[in-house]
Amino acid sequence: MSHMTQQSLTQRLANPTRFMDLSRRILPWLAGAAAALIVYALYLAFFVAPPDYQQGETVKIMFIHVPAAWLGMMGYALIAISSFGYLVFRHPLADVSAKAAAPLGAAFTFLALVTGSLWGKPMWGTYWVWDARLTSMLILLFLYLGLMALRSAIEDEALAGKLCAVLGLVGVTILPIIKFSVDWWNTLHQPASVIRMDGPTIHNDLLIPLVYSAIGFSLLFFTLHMKGMRNEILRRRLKSLTMAEVDRARTVSASAAAE
Amino acid sequence: MSGFLTLLKRDLLLQVREGGAVGTALGFYLVVVALMPLGLGPDLNLLTRIAPGVLWIALLLAALLSLPRIFEADDEDGSLEVIATGDLPLELATAAKALAHWISTGIPLALLAPVLGILLNLDLAAYPVLVATMLAGTPAISFLGAVGAALTLRARRGGLLLALLVLPLYVPTLIFGITAIAAATGGPSGFTASFLILLAISLFSLVIGPLAAAAAIRFQTQ
Repeated sequence: MSHMTQQSLTQRLANPTRFMDLSRRILPWLAGAAAALIVYALYLAFFVAPPDYQQGETVKIMFIHVPAAWLGMMGYALIAISSFGYLVFRHPLADVSAKAAAPLGAAFTFLALVTGSLWGKPMWGTYWVWDARLTSMLILLFLYLGLMALRSAIEDEALAGKLCAVLGLVGVTILPIIKFSVDWWNTLHQPASVIRMDGPTIHNDLLIPLVYSAIGFSLLFFTLHMKGMRNEILRRRLKSLTMAEVDRARTVSASAAAE
Repeated sequence: MSGFLTLLKRDLLLQVREGGAVGTALGFYLVVVALMPLGLGPDLNLLTRIAPGVLWIALLLAALLSLPRIFEADDEDGSLEVIATGDLPLELATAAKALAHWISTGIPLALLAPVLGILLNLDLAAYPVLVATMLAGTPAISFLGAVGAALTLRARRGGLLLALLVLPLYVPTLIFGITAIAAATGGPSGFTASFLILLAISLFSLVIGPLAAAAAIRFQTQ
């Protein structure tokens, strides 16, 4: 047993059975915490947080929009780290993680774009502007769609995983562009106001619901990601079982024919 | 180094002797640009204003059309596997093939652009800048394109997929190419900054493109 304790957490999770066991126990708690935090954040957003003196009630779209945008980018970071882990360390769960993260990241990016344009209509007077931040988020969505399309276009699943990992690492160069686009181009979209060197620039009454909402949505992301990984592992097991069954049936019928 | 040059020379010779390969991309470029005034109406002021953007986007599409050829023929007749197992590192081999694509497609398209500019009533002052930005930006198109071509080598519906994978990666090149032209022709100053970023994107692609393309090919020829 002593050599087991020396392994790092990622090494121990490389065993899919151990991952299935651990995730089965964690998942209900994670899902419950996510639901509780999101409900509490929405309660704060609708009943406690004051309307903004300039934006009125529309400021509350932020409680969905900002976490969605963060998670849209975090999803890609997760894909990039997983791709690296798969290509370099051959971690057997890394490809499963990258595959499960792609539709989730795409969904949150899409949510950020939709809520952003719903907020933009009353505030900027238009649903869409070709601003640096909006454009780079749209490119991020295209990258997700490209990753999913590439995976679905290649029949050999192991090969598809490796090629998606290459594409995931090439596409990661877009992330810093999105993060700093607001500082570099200084266009319509406001610059970062929560995570700054000199402290947040939004008022606590709005900041606190945002923090709860961000943590709640992040937990939701991890819940869905873990569930997605479990589903993918089960799907692969089912597939290899079916293939083994077909193989066995073929050898039986071949030996029957020989006799 | 001699292997690199041999491969480059071979690919360029193939492009020339195959016939029609380069011509198709140029013809496509011409037709797309000629369709623009038909779709947008013959207003010369409007065409002058949008000419750089139209020329750049049509160039991206024309280059995209020729990307599958970088590896396709070599994959079909098996020479790609010979190259992959040869003495030359596969990274250098993919770099040679992407460079051949740039010389045989990128440069002719960039040189054709000012001729097509006449069709769009492009401002005369913009001609040298247009060609300069295109010559600086097209290496990124060839080297990032090589990654897409390598990734979709064995994929179903490879051509359509290639466009979906590669066009988002071209966005920075397009943006800085256009801002450089706009800055040089009466817009806000800052031509040098945009042009240098454009060169930086090309240099960056020059490094990352062959590495990623070689990795993708290695997985598929194993």
